[in-house]
Amino acid sequence: MAKMIKEMEHPLYRKSNKMRMERFGKWLTFLSVALTAAITAAILFLVFSKGLSTFITNEGSVKDFFTGTTWNPAEVNSLGKPIIGALPFLVGSIAVTGISALLSAPLAIGAAIFMSEIAPRTGKRIMQPVIELLVGIPSVVYGFIGLTVVVPLLRDLFPGSGFGIAAGTIVLSVMILPTVTSLALDAIQSVPRSLREASLALGSTRWQMICKVVLKTAKPGLMMAIIFGMARAFGEALAVQMVIGNASVIPHSLFEPASTVTSILTMGMGYTVMGQVENNALWSLALVLLLMSLFFTITVRMIGKGKNS
Amino acid sequence: MSAKSKDRLATAGLYVIVGIIITTLAGLLGLVFVKGIPQLSWQFITSPPQIFKEGGGVGPQLFNSFYLLVLTLIISVPIAIGAGIYLAEYAKDHWIIRCIRVLIEVLSSLPSIVVGLFGFLFFVLYMGWGFSILSGAFALSVFNLPLLVRVVEQSIRNVPKSQREAGWALGFSKWETITTIILPAALPGIVTGVILASGRVFGEAAALIYTAGMSTPIIDFTNWNPLSPTSPLNPFRPAETMAVHIWKINGEGIMPDAAAISDGAAALLIISILFFNFASRIIGHLMFKKMSAN
Repeated sequence: MAKMIKEMEHPLYRKSNKMRMERFGKWLTFLSVALTAAITAAILFLVFSKGLSTFITNEGSVKDFFTGTTWNPAEVNSLGKPIIGALPFLVGSIAVTGISALLSAPLAIGAAIFMSEIAPRTGKRIMQPVIELLVGIPSVVYGFIGLTVVVPLLRDLFPGSGFGIAAGTIVLSVMILPTVTSLALDAIQSVPRSLREASLALGSTRWQMICKVVLKTAKPGLMMAIIFGMARAFGEALAVQMVIGNASVIPHSLFEPASTVTSILTMGMGYTVMGQVENNALWSLALVLLLMSLFFTITVRMIGKGKNS
Repeated sequence: MSAKSKDRLATAGLYVIVGIIITTLAGLLGLVFVKGIPQLSWQFITSPPQIFKEGGGVGPQLFNSFYLLVLTLIISVPIAIGAGIYLAEYAKDHWIIRCIRVLIEVLSSLPSIVVGLFGFLFFVLYMGWGFSILSGAFALSVFNLPLLVRVVEQSIRNVPKSQREAGWALGFSKWETITTIILPAALPGIVTGVILASGRVFGEAAALIYTAGMSTPIIDFTNWNPLSPTSPLNPFRPAETMAVHIWKINGEGIMPDAAAISDGAAALLIISILFFNFASRIIGHLMFKKMSAN
């Protein structure tokens, strides 16, 4: 027994410096990962707890929130509940996101087909750098161009002030176009070459090959690209806020001032006091935004999983 | 219609689409440059903005943008490198790790305004830093982290396995292999990614309006004591960046030349982002050349 203890004290049994460094390094790097994850958890927790307090502390009605059309959280209605009808903003956000996806998806996919199937060389030399550059342009710049070019143009062409869903849609579809294009290009390029060769060998034309083989195979990837674009459009705040007009009513046409969840959030947060109903109601809008972003992320993951299996 | 004429029609359609895109994008860039570059002058780049008069510049805003970027990188790069190393080298397929990965992915997809609101609540109010450069830098780090983690993880994964085996064969521990062999080999990729992310941070506004604030106090560029309230380096002063400035003067600017100032600032922003793009390409290329020894 005494001999055993002596053996355990032998230097070879002790932890070496290397071992200690190894442990230290592993823990240090794990802490960084854990920190990043903890930040996300903290964001989710804070937005949920603040966003739900409108309904719990201030007794706002969830039904009113999603169906009401009057936004005036400072006042209470006949039932003594705050007036928090967020429907106009939800309609605005969904309209702007949906229409801009409809506008930019065909253009983006067309550009991606062009870059990978029709003219790969021109695509690589000219289109790719341009697209990469445009992905990086700040959204404020898109908003500013929308304000100085798109809004006056719409004002001249259509009745109204030019501010509205149409202006927001145009700005957003140009803004998400580069993102969707580069993701769609990835999807199309990952279609194996052998499939294309097989299709051409069967005597199909290039367009038949693109339509029936390439696009079909790349469909999940293309869906992911479009949803990414929609997520970006839904969450975009400043560019939309600059051109949409920010009226909290449900617009009757695309050329009337409207508002989105993000634009109301951007405009209002500075003018309310923490803890009051007005402020909590805005956090509920932030919660809606967060839930939508989670929804888009989950959808993309589901499509990705389906693609791999 | 025969298959052949359909093919021709579709090809023509695609050319039209590409034409539309190129015209739009070229028009967009052209517009910003044509309207913006004439505004750029040394006076515009260095002088402070005016509130009621013409002739204001964007000097403090430009400085704030760079200062915030530097602070953001100081905070986020080390954490991202640590996290990237762990995810690429140590992480096993365990449910905790899978959860963490999902959380990081969620963070990367959060709208920047949500990150900004979190920063407002946590850094500005809870930590009591107020509207300050520090709050802004932390909020931007949160915004930047998931992207950087992905870049670092990918660069480390791209290092060939044989280099790892060579390290182990020399009797290096795993940590020594990582720090002395893998990290240097992954560095070109990491640096390129960091510079590209810088461009994104530089133009970000939504995460900043409620963290770094929408104003800049009068600052004295001869006073470099970080503790003095008029010093540009003081991390506790509010700081409006160029992107926020463009947004603000278009909403509530009352100076007569607000449009001209936005034009200039927009051009300056895009030039900076172009610069980041080129720099990342050139530096990545040079480092790759140096590392791969040919």
